[in-house]
Amino acid sequence: MSLMQELNRKALRLGVPLSVHLDVTYRCNEHCEHCYLDHDDHGEMTTAEIRGLLGELADAGVFFLTLSGGEPLMRRDCFEIIEYARSLRFNVKLKTNAVLIREKEARRLRALGVEQVQISVYSHRPEVHDGITKLPGSLNRTLAGIGFLRAAGLKVTLANVLMRSNSRDSNGVQTLAAGLGAHYTLDPTITPMMDGGTSVLRLRLPASELGEVFRNPNLVGDVESFCAPPAPVDDDVREGLPCSAGHTACYVSPYGDLYPCVQFPLPCGNVRRQKFLDIWRNSPQLAEVRSLHGKDLTTCSSCTHLGSCTRCPGLAYMEGNMRGPSSADCEKSFVRTGIPSAGMLARGRTTLPAPGLVQIQPL
Amino acid sequence: MNEKYIARSSAVASRVLDGEIVIMSALDSTLFSLSEVATIIWQAADGRTPLSEIVQRRICAEFDVTPEAAYRDAEAFVEDLACHGILRVANRPISDDEFDVAGVTAGASVPGAASKT
Repeated sequence: MSLMQELNRKALRLGVPLSVHLDVTYRCNEHCEHCYLDHDDHGEMTTAEIRGLLGELADAGVFFLTLSGGEPLMRRDCFEIIEYARSLRFNVKLKTNAVLIREKEARRLRALGVEQVQISVYSHRPEVHDGITKLPGSLNRTLAGIGFLRAAGLKVTLANVLMRSNSRDSNGVQTLAAGLGAHYTLDPTITPMMDGGTSVLRLRLPASELGEVFRNPNLVGDVESFCAPPAPVDDDVREGLPCSAGHTACYVSPYGDLYPCVQFPLPCGNVRRQKFLDIWRNSPQLAEVRSLHGKDLTTCSSCTHLGSCTRCPGLAYMEGNMRGPSSADCEKSFVRTGIPSAGMLARGRTTLPAPGLVQIQPL
Repeated sequence: MNEKYIARSSAVASRVLDGEIVIMSALDSTLFSLSEVATIIWQAADGRTPLSEIVQRRICAEFDVTPEAAYRDAEAFVEDLACHGILRVANRPISDDEFDVAGVTAGASVPGAASKT
């Protein structure tokens, strides 16, 4: 077992929130077509409130802190927040579009000991990337920012969200990452809006193209293994937990709302009105999330994919039932293996709709 | 004997979990879990207290070990942590603002600490 696995196991046993994702703002200088956020400021936490929260998180044992947004550098006090977080010895990961990062900012992030910076890059082609971000010149500015970060010695990951408009560009972004000395990660998940709106789901990758992604060895490694039929479900799987959300991780919005995960908009409390640990320990909503085991899931408990599915309880929640299937993940399992999921069978389907009619189920 | 002073790097993240210290270096993303003795040395690494004093007061007082053996092990431990940029070792007291996060190299394994990149 790796040290990281040991750490997670210990945190789970002790009920420690090892990782917290904190969005410091929803404001952004880009307006990406697939973004799930409302970019208006509805009353963000002040600097003092965030400092107070960070102190509470440190006391609670939080080790991994992801600072994100919106674009976190839209806050004038962003560096003050990072500096304070580092003074509390968090491992800090920053998610940014890097548009506002120049040499000075890059050097400061390095001096503050930020562990890594994750940057969204949608395409190696400016017309595609800028078309998604709705910010002319954004790819060139982002790449310049990445160059400054790399020159300063920071670890950088290019996060490549794949959707219809950039579905052919993953290899290009991967090559770009290699040239920049950056890591590459791909995500074909488009999330419904935080307010439940589903209009952005039309941007999801069609099943046919998702299949191409899953059979691209540059993206998934060993295709045969990645697309293999699922192993038989055993007791470990049935007793297993869906993911770390609410168990060793949670998400806090710029307004202080606490959720199990950034992709799981189940309100559990607000850190402006309650202590973080009070919410973490006593929230009935978190207790419900923690009660979910594989064997307890509606439909999915009998699914052959139970042990290998990427089922997201947050996406399932957004479809109406955190214990139910997430249709996007049902689709991924099916496209990957050719075996229909229990969720699909329950809906009377053993194939996916033709591309264009899309995989998306009405929420 | 030249006195040695040790200071914790500003480039690491650390947290106490169930009585043990977990450390991650921002320089190479290596995760460390310190043993009990290593934790004592880490917590005492304030840049002002000589290593010999840390060994004598904190380790020899608590563990059945000779001062010579304890110092030899502690010296090897701090030198190896220094290779990972986690500790700074100097022949004079180290002030808070002296640690250069870029001025380190990755290197040898660390006695007393388990690590995983």
